[in-house]
Amino acid sequence: MKTAVTRRDFVLGSAAAAGTLGLAGPRAFAAEPLKVGFVYVGPVGDFGWTHGHDMGRKAIEAHFGGQVKTTFVENVAEGPDAERVIRQLASSGHELIFSTSFGFMNPTLRVAKMFPKVKFEHATGYRTAPNVSVYNARFHEGRVVCGTIAGHVTKSGIAGYIGSFPIPEVVMGINAFTLAARKIRPDTKVKVVWVNSWYDPGKEGDAAKALIDQGADIMCQHTDSPAPLQVAEARGIHGFGQASDMKTFAPNAQLTAILDVWDGYYIQRTRDVLDRKWQSQSIWWGLKEGMVKMAPYGAAVPENVRQEAEAAREALVSGARHPFAGPIEDQKGVPRVAEGQSLSDKEIAAMDWYVEGVEA
Amino acid sequence: MSAETAVLVMLTVISAATPLLFAALGELVVEKSGVLNLGVEGMMLAGAVAGFAVTVSTGSAVLGIVCAALAGALMALIFGVLTLTLAANQVATGLALTIFGVGLSALLGAGFVGVPVAPLPKLAVPGLSDLAVIGPLLFAHDALVYLSILATAGIGWFLARTRAGMILRAVGESDESAHSIGYNVIRVRYLAVLFGGAMSGLAGAFLSLSHTPMWAEEMTAGRGWIALALVVFSSWRPGRVLLGAYLFGGVTILQLHAQGAGGLGIPAQVLSMLPYLATIAVLTIIAAGPWRGRLDAPACLGKLFRPPT
Repeated sequence: MKTAVTRRDFVLGSAAAAGTLGLAGPRAFAAEPLKVGFVYVGPVGDFGWTHGHDMGRKAIEAHFGGQVKTTFVENVAEGPDAERVIRQLASSGHELIFSTSFGFMNPTLRVAKMFPKVKFEHATGYRTAPNVSVYNARFHEGRVVCGTIAGHVTKSGIAGYIGSFPIPEVVMGINAFTLAARKIRPDTKVKVVWVNSWYDPGKEGDAAKALIDQGADIMCQHTDSPAPLQVAEARGIHGFGQASDMKTFAPNAQLTAILDVWDGYYIQRTRDVLDRKWQSQSIWWGLKEGMVKMAPYGAAVPENVRQEAEAAREALVSGARHPFAGPIEDQKGVPRVAEGQSLSDKEIAAMDWYVEGVEA
Repeated sequence: MSAETAVLVMLTVISAATPLLFAALGELVVEKSGVLNLGVEGMMLAGAVAGFAVTVSTGSAVLGIVCAALAGALMALIFGVLTLTLAANQVATGLALTIFGVGLSALLGAGFVGVPVAPLPKLAVPGLSDLAVIGPLLFAHDALVYLSILATAGIGWFLARTRAGMILRAVGESDESAHSIGYNVIRVRYLAVLFGGAMSGLAGAFLSLSHTPMWAEEMTAGRGWIALALVVFSSWRPGRVLLGAYLFGGVTILQLHAQGAGGLGIPAQVLSMLPYLATIAVLTIIAAGPWRGRLDAPACLGKLFRPPT
C-alpha cells in the first residue's frame, strides 16, 4: 500500500487527523497496519540520495505487505517547514517516522518531544532522544574501494572530485579516496570543485568538464545527479557512480558506484516497532553491515585491479583495514595520524582538513 | 591552457549560456507586451520533460523539440487564461505556474528517470567545421544553439523594426492608448505570452536533450529565475540578454576552472558568487552609462488590463 501525499493535503487533512488522535495511541488492533512516514529533502526521482531512501521505503512495503502502510512527503525544505510536515505525520497516526536529511535534526527532536510514543529515525544527524535514533552510512569506506581502482586506472595521475558543500561528510570522502589512490599511485592529485548544491545536473556536468579540461581522467562526485558521469562517458574518461548504479548513463565510463542501501535497516527498524522492541540507538554502518555496497565493476576495470579492489573491500569488512590508518599528513605536511594509529569515529565525523594530495 | 582546451572551455560556456538565453529572450518579449510571467522555471521544466519524453518515445529529436516548445506554450496558455482573460494577479499566477510545472513535470517524467538518450547531433558544416579553433567554436553546435543566436537577432529586429513589434511595444508601454487606437491588447499579450512559453520550453529541451541529456526532476535548478533576472539587468534589450547570458555562463565556468586550478587562494564560496556579481555589475554599468537611453522597463509591466466595455 502506498499513499503519496502533498504537503497541501497534509494541511487540509491535519484537522481531521487531530480529531482521531485520541484513538491512535499505542497500536490498538493487530489487524490495523503500522503507519510508517518518510520525510525527504529532494524529489524521489533524483536518481540519487532521496531515490535511495525511497527504495528503502518500497522495500518495507514489499517485505511486510499489508502489515505496514507507508507515506512519504518529498521536497521538504530543511527548517521550519520540516517541523510542520513531521508534526503532521506524527499527529496523523504514523508510529515510525524516518526523516532523511541532516537539516531535519532539530525539527525531528522538537516533534519527538511532543509525541513521546512515536518512534523517530533521523538520518545523518548526531543527536538522539529516548524516541529518536540516528543512523548513517560509512560512505567513505566505498571511497576507499574507488580510490584503489582510481590509483590503477588513472593515466594522468589527476582525479577530479565534484563536491557539494565542504562539510565533514564530504571532506572525509575526499580524504578516504585520496589516501587509497595514493597508496597505489603516490603522486596522485585530487582536484576538488565545489558546486554549492547537492543537485544541479547542469552545473555538475560543467564542473566535470572543467576538471577534465584540467587533466583529470577519473571523475568522482559527492553530488546526486548522473551528469558528471555522463560527461565522463562523452569525453572518454572513467568515473564512479554516486548513491545508485549509474551504469545506464555511462556504460563504459563507470568503474563502479557507491550504493546507499537502506533496505535492511528500514526493514529491521520497522520489525522492531511491530515487535515492540524498538530502542533508541545511534548507528554508523558501512560495507560490513551492507548499508554501503559497491556496484558491479565496469569492463574498464582490469582483472588484477578488480582483485585488489575486492581485497580492499574485504579488508574493510573484516576490519583489517581502516580508511584513516596512519601515517597521515595533511595538505600542509603537518602529521595528523601517527604510524600505527587511526582516527576515531568522532574525529572522522568532525574532519575539517585535507590529506596530502588534495587540491581544494 | 592550450588552444584546444580553450576551445573546449568556450564550448562549455556556450552550452551553459544557451538555456538562459532562450528563456530570457522569451520572457523579454512577454514583458515588452506588459506582462510579467514568473512561471519561467515551470515552463522550462514542462519543456524539458516533454522534449525528453517525446524524443525517447519516438526517436525523433525534432519532434521532441517541437513538443517541448508546445508544452511550454501550453503552460503559458494556462497563465494567459488566468491573467489576461480572468484578470488574475500576474505575480501570484506566475509563481503558481512554477510550482505547478515542478509537480507536473515530475509526474509526467516519473517513468523517464534513469533512461538515457542520445544527445542532439552537432550540425557540422563540411569544410568549415574542421578549421582549427574557429571550426569547433562556430560551426559545430547542435541546432538549438544556432537557433538561440538567430532568435536574439530576430527578436531584436522584430521589436525595433517591424510594425508588429511596434504594436507589441505600444501595448506594453500604454495599454489604454493602444486599445483606444484600435489594437487588441489582450490578443497581442496572448501571443507574446505563448511565444515566451515556447521559448522557455526550448530552454528546457536544450537542458534535457543537449546540456545534460537526461531527465531528472527539477533539473532546471533555478535557471528560470536567473533568466528572469537577466531580462531586468539587460534593461529589456535582446543584445544585452545575449551578453548577460554568455557572461553569466562564462563566469560560472571560469570559476569552476579556478577552483580546479587550486582556487588561486580565493575561497570557493567567493568564487561561486562571481557569476552573479559580475553579471549584475556589468549590466548595471552598461545601463547606467552615457549611452543608455531610458531604463526601459515597459510602463505597463505587470498591470492588469480590462478592455473598457
